[in-house]
Amino acid sequence: MPALLQVEGLSKRFGGFIALDAIELEVQEGERLGLIGPNGSGKSTLVNCICGTLHNEMGSVRFAGRVIDGLPAHERTRRGLARSFQLPRPFGSLTLADNLRIPILYGVNARGEGAIAADAVAARCRALLAEVGLGEKADRMPRDLTQIEMRKLELARAMAAQPKLLIADEAMAGLSHTEVDEIIALLIRLNGQGVTVIMIEHIMRAVMAFSQRLAVLVAGRKIADGLPKDVVRDPEVVRAYLGE
Amino acid sequence: MRGLTFSLVLIAVAVAIFALGRWYSNSYAFFAAYIVVQYIVLGTAWNILGGYTGYVNFGVTAFFAIGAYSTVVLYKLVPAMPLPVMIVIGGVLAGIVGLGTGYLTLRLRGVFFSIATLALAVVVQTLITNWDFVGGARGAYVLRPRAAPLIGGEYIQYLFLVMLGLCVIVLATARAIERSGLGYGFAAIRDDEAAAEASGVPTLKLKLIATVLSGGFMGMAGAPLPYYVTYLDPSSGFSLNYAVNAIAMPLIGGTSSWLGPAVGAVLVGGLQEWLKVVQLREWLGIGVPSEANVLVAGLLMVAFVILAPQGIVGLFQRKK
Ligand SMILES: Nc1ncnc2c1ncn2[C@@H]1O[C@H](COP(=O)(O)OP(=O)(O)OP(=O)(O)O)[C@@H](O)[C@H]1O
Ligand SMILES: [Mg+2]
Repeated sequence: MPALLQVEGLSKRFGGFIALDAIELEVQEGERLGLIGPNGSGKSTLVNCICGTLHNEMGSVRFAGRVIDGLPAHERTRRGLARSFQLPRPFGSLTLADNLRIPILYGVNARGEGAIAADAVAARCRALLAEVGLGEKADRMPRDLTQIEMRKLELARAMAAQPKLLIADEAMAGLSHTEVDEIIALLIRLNGQGVTVIMIEHIMRAVMAFSQRLAVLVAGRKIADGLPKDVVRDPEVVRAYLGE
Repeated sequence: MRGLTFSLVLIAVAVAIFALGRWYSNSYAFFAAYIVVQYIVLGTAWNILGGYTGYVNFGVTAFFAIGAYSTVVLYKLVPAMPLPVMIVIGGVLAGIVGLGTGYLTLRLRGVFFSIATLALAVVVQTLITNWDFVGGARGAYVLRPRAAPLIGGEYIQYLFLVMLGLCVIVLATARAIERSGLGYGFAAIRDDEAAAEASGVPTLKLKLIATVLSGGFMGMAGAPLPYYVTYLDPSSGFSLNYAVNAIAMPLIGGTSSWLGPAVGAVLVGGLQEWLKVVQLREWLGIGVPSEANVLVAGLLMVAFVILAPQGIVGLFQRKK
């Protein structure tokens, strides 16, 4: 079976700066992949290129068997790609519940199959908020949230799109020990329901608890990809990332 | 169904206002009320793009004048054409221009979009000024029929009734948008376009829908103008008044709901019409130029943007 996500020779420049250099990455359906690397190594840029927020000038991305290069971000979301933003980008004039309503109306219900009936949308929003621990705040505005709660909202909004592949870009930064465990449990539960998950994280404890496979980016290049226990012992990875 | 109830209430209010006018039967009151209702339409139309999606359109006069000048053209070609048909045609033309402009400019964010719409207004004004068929810089005369069709009485009563009908349609549309998926999509665009795309919102398509609706309704608001002024030249069709009022009224009333532009239009438009009547010249000992309208709207707008950015409607909502 072909991989759910296939990234081939993907390069991205910002002016003369090469942020991503010929990235190759495959993610199998149902897999849990951890993506790590030092600050500025290109992890978020890779997410942006995969999801269509940025456009890569070279290379190609296949998702669920189709080449999705050139597709606008909303088309990719409708095909089953969803991501959380590392710096939360909530819809500031909408309540938390209505923040989740957007991907339900425009992501899920635009797919044709599996549409959520109008009278069930509100309940679905609340259930998702409860899953990330924001159930009490469904009617509050994003400005009432702490930075950490906003990260949870980001994750819930990505989950609301009912993706085949969920990319969580540092959803756990700043969370307490127990909260990290809760989010890991949530992502593993989601994965158990058939959602493929890529987790970008600096918290190594979370990465190791979550990942079935680990890929490492350093300065825009993928330097390792394999079983977590092997990757963390890879001398190059230790030198470039873990040893610092 | 709530939408239907709302429309019925709006129609009832409109009928009551018109009946009151008939009973009062003062032609000046009709002329003044027409302007206020025209501004409700214009402000609400602007708000569909500017308030709901956050794209500030400075090119109001382009759309408004396209409606007005399409009536001039139709009047010259088919003088007997009923006014409502002219309004629909003017609206469709302005909507098409909205679609074209939107397609070219909506990739621009924020202030760049606004500058592009300002340029559109200049381009359209230049074209009209150099188009002899509609009178060019000299302007064009349109004969206002003496009596109103269907309802009898002065023609201004008919103009007012038509504008009132348009107002009902525009307000009902704005409110329906607010409560629909389209309204949520617009709000997502206004708040964060990249996040909206990531949530599946086809932002370009929705922005084009907003531009077409907004531009089309502005054109409709302008279509009856030639019959109102009977002499239309570029400096009156493209008057700064329209652009400033169409932006100031929603900002003063509040941009987040259909009620805001209506409240703003009634207050500011009413104030401007009142200033025309009172003899300020005698009180102040100085002449009051017609630009006073722009000054009034501009000052109020600045005051509200600074002191009450949510507008009048927002002041009341916060108390809840
Ligand atoms: N829009 C942009 N314009 C210019 N440079 C950018 C842009 N976005 C990212 N970069 C640069 O590209 C590099 C990769 O950034 P990216 O955000 O992908 O790193 P990251 O691996 O996600 O880091 P972190 O762990 O801090 O989140 C950085 O040097 C960053 O400064
Ligand atoms: Mg990052």
